[in-house]
Amino acid sequence: MLKRRPTIRDHSAEANLFARRAFVGFVFVTILVAILLSNLYTIQVDDHQDYQTRSNDNRIKVIPIAPNRGLIYDRNGVLLAENKPVYNLEVIPEDVKNLDDSLAAISQLIAISDQQKNDFLDDIKHNRRFKSQVLKARLNESEVAKFSVNQHKFPGFSIEARLARYYPYADTLTHALGYVAKLNKKELAKLEMDDQATNYRATHDIGKLGIEKYYEQLLHGQVGSQRVEVNNRGRVIRTLSMTPPEPGHDLVLTLDIGLQQIAQHALKDMRGAIVVMDAKDGGVLALYSNPSYDPNLFVHGISSKNYKALLNPDRPLINRTTQGRYAPASTVKPHLAILALEEGLVTEQTKMWDPGFFQIPNVEHKWRDWKRWGHGHVDVYKAIEESCDTYFYDTAYRLGITKISNFMAQFGFGDLTGIDIHEETSAILPSKEWKEGRFRESWWRGDTISVGIGQGYWTATPMQIANATNILVNKGRNFPPHLVQVAKKEDEVTQINNEEKPPVELKNADHWRIALDAMHNTVHKVTGTAHKAFRGATYDPAGKTGTAQVVSIAQGERYDAESLKERQRDNAIYIGFAPYKDPQIVVSIVVENTGGGSTVGAPIARQLMDYYFSANPLTVARSVKQ
Amino acid sequence: MQLHDKRSIWDKLHLDLPLLLALVCMMVASLTIVYSASGQNEAMMLRHATRMAAAVIAMIVLAQFSPATLKRLVIPLYCLGLLMLVGVILFGVSSKGAQRWLDLGVTRFQPSELMKLAVPMMVAWYIGRNHLPPRALHLMVGFAIVILPTILIMEQPDLGTSILIASSGIFVIFLSGLSWRLISFFTGLVTLSAWPFWHYGMHAYQKQRVLTLFNPESDPLGSGYHIIQSKIAIGSGGIEGKGWLQGTQSQLEFLPERHTDFIFSVLSEEFGLFGVCLLLCMYLFIIGRGLYIAVNAQDAFGKLLAGALTLTFFVYVFVNIGMVSGLLPVVGVPLPLISYGGTSMVTLMAGFGIIMSIATDKRMLLK
Repeated sequence: MLKRRPTIRDHSAEANLFARRAFVGFVFVTILVAILLSNLYTIQVDDHQDYQTRSNDNRIKVIPIAPNRGLIYDRNGVLLAENKPVYNLEVIPEDVKNLDDSLAAISQLIAISDQQKNDFLDDIKHNRRFKSQVLKARLNESEVAKFSVNQHKFPGFSIEARLARYYPYADTLTHALGYVAKLNKKELAKLEMDDQATNYRATHDIGKLGIEKYYEQLLHGQVGSQRVEVNNRGRVIRTLSMTPPEPGHDLVLTLDIGLQQIAQHALKDMRGAIVVMDAKDGGVLALYSNPSYDPNLFVHGISSKNYKALLNPDRPLINRTTQGRYAPASTVKPHLAILALEEGLVTEQTKMWDPGFFQIPNVEHKWRDWKRWGHGHVDVYKAIEESCDTYFYDTAYRLGITKISNFMAQFGFGDLTGIDIHEETSAILPSKEWKEGRFRESWWRGDTISVGIGQGYWTATPMQIANATNILVNKGRNFPPHLVQVAKKEDEVTQINNEEKPPVELKNADHWRIALDAMHNTVHKVTGTAHKAFRGATYDPAGKTGTAQVVSIAQGERYDAESLKERQRDNAIYIGFAPYKDPQIVVSIVVENTGGGSTVGAPIARQLMDYYFSANPLTVARSVKQ
Repeated sequence: MQLHDKRSIWDKLHLDLPLLLALVCMMVASLTIVYSASGQNEAMMLRHATRMAAAVIAMIVLAQFSPATLKRLVIPLYCLGLLMLVGVILFGVSSKGAQRWLDLGVTRFQPSELMKLAVPMMVAWYIGRNHLPPRALHLMVGFAIVILPTILIMEQPDLGTSILIASSGIFVIFLSGLSWRLISFFTGLVTLSAWPFWHYGMHAYQKQRVLTLFNPESDPLGSGYHIIQSKIAIGSGGIEGKGWLQGTQSQLEFLPERHTDFIFSVLSEEFGLFGVCLLLCMYLFIIGRGLYIAVNAQDAFGKLLAGALTLTFFVYVFVNIGMVSGLLPVVGVPLPLISYGGTSMVTLMAGFGIIMSIATDKRMLLK
């Protein structure tokens, strides 16, 4: 090996060899560059669209903006439900130098409970550090002022305003308006089903009850959105474009807040319900159920202590106007009188002897009149004016349940009135079929007798009673009850609920007059049950009292309020309308366990009508002239 | 003689004008892109410019050493480098799971940077002493010179640098005229040894990077995130690019390591395929000029060293662009002359200083 080694290096051969290798190297480099370029060409030219899209997906986020909820006004434009800014103390953790020190310092200024502090610390643990978190919600004015003065000492802390529902009339309107509260999972699932989930992406609250729930769709509005550019940590860099949200419709109700307040005031601490309707169109002027509660408690989440307090035996959560089931008692006597006239069982002149009780032939049992000694000779007028029970026991017995049931169904008993809130029950209009379905028992003749005075199995809601009265005073024309008059959005006004239902038709339209005249007498004749309450009224009222037994009194015993427990005393009921010639309003009042309709119900009706006609003097003038 | 010195001013300064102009262009490009990639961070720009100045000084200083002087320094440099690599393993400073630095009290030093120059110099000196093509014994010694530091650096672990150092040595051997038969043999051997290397020679994070390369979407939030975001940046740049400072992927920080290893993606996003082609042309020019200098170098040491340094420069280019565009696994190799980052820039420019020294040395002798 060593021998073959040349002694002199062949420099030119070596240079040639190197030059060839360097050339090969350069060719190799060129090929690799070509490979890189072709790959880059694929990425930048062929797949450009795809990567462009993904690049935009990275940086562009769409942030939803909640629409402002529509406002609710009463018939005179008084604001009943508004959106008020609430001030929350919020913190951006990223901007706070020493969180523990700052929290300790802010606690000196504004009371912060351990619960609030722990919730806050929990929130920041689970969220991005630049995202604002609520430390204390709903600061009061003095807290806002205290913080504002010291704000410079708390970098990263700020007060943020958000719109939240506020009901200025608090418990006066709860059962009509309902309330909004935080959206829950069940509601979200339902929104998802209705393809509404996107529309609620930025919304905190949803209608839970009453008008707020029934008209949720109108009130809510349309979500807006903001396209923003974000960085890799999700921080917003700038806004690219914005679609403003569309606010919800404002609603104008048929309610009159003044009348509503009178209703609340009149019931004081008695359990009961008041419905006042506009006789001309079925618009509900007042809808009040007592006891009530403050809906504002629910808007920001009710505490369990406050909630438990609402679960008391007086059941304030129940809307008695549409969910309370009461025996309509004597308030249905005018209707039954019409049926008897229609069927030819009695005429305007027919007189009947009332010994103070009614007996089915060959039966021992006595159905007693409220007047133990009886009303003597009774015609249809007197039967209504003095609320003679015996007259109607007899009439009902002769009519039979099927005729009564079919006729009263036309006045809306046993069915939902269709008022625009969801909290409504159809109560019970008894019939043979109903009893068989409900008790698997056939209808006894005796069952019909108490139906004749609006008791027995018969129950109705104050709203149903008002509705049935309204049909009566309109001589069969049927304007179903409703709370919302119009929905407004900017200049666009939509009339809602202005439909009239098919009327109740009689063979002889004069029968309406007989019943209404009798109701007029009830108020005006000295012997009328509502005479005392309406003495001296400036308008011309008419009405009918009712007193419903809550427990049945055993044979041979007398009703004695004192000896009965409070909850077993009679319910007072009153229906009324005015002016007699050209009815403007209809009232329906039920007061639980207070005794007679004439002593408790009628005076409340008087207060309501006095207010209504003093607020509407033209109507009074007209009624006086007549 | 002084009076009739026909050498240009650049020859006197031992600088190669075409190469110098190309390098200056790259530095301007680097400043432009780093300004954008750092999110217009002026403090970073200042640091970057300072390091650039240091790198240029290193280049000028090394260009003044004649190849003959360099030859004399080869053995001490290489031995010092090896000692320090052993030192790193024994007393080195750890950072991010790798032990790459020696704490010299005043500053931290990364001995592998020294070896990037010392290894090709040592191999070029050793092979160049003898006839070309080298004989089997010289080949074996030459390989040993390369493999020893490569293994030490892989232990740190630093796959990127060990690849660069191994290739710088292997390029010397390739350029020295290693027969094609042996080249095929070694290529076969490397391919076969890949399997045991995969199982025993690589760290879990390195394996993960290779696996991610083949299917980055399999782990979009983990190890695939870098490469996906990088490809989105490159692809969304299209032909014309989004414009300087307008790259959303880079400006909004979706792109990781945007001013260092992934700076090519920033360039691609903001300047598009046009910018990419321009950059690649510049690289090709620098490589062509380097090889031209190598071919015209005076002796075997100069030829082999200049050639190997030039080709190693290309390895930087290829590995970096290959990795950010999804052709190669993510190994920590910066884009040469463009990426923000001190040491690699200084080493690279020192390498160009040596190439310039070789270029101007020849002309002195021709004189």
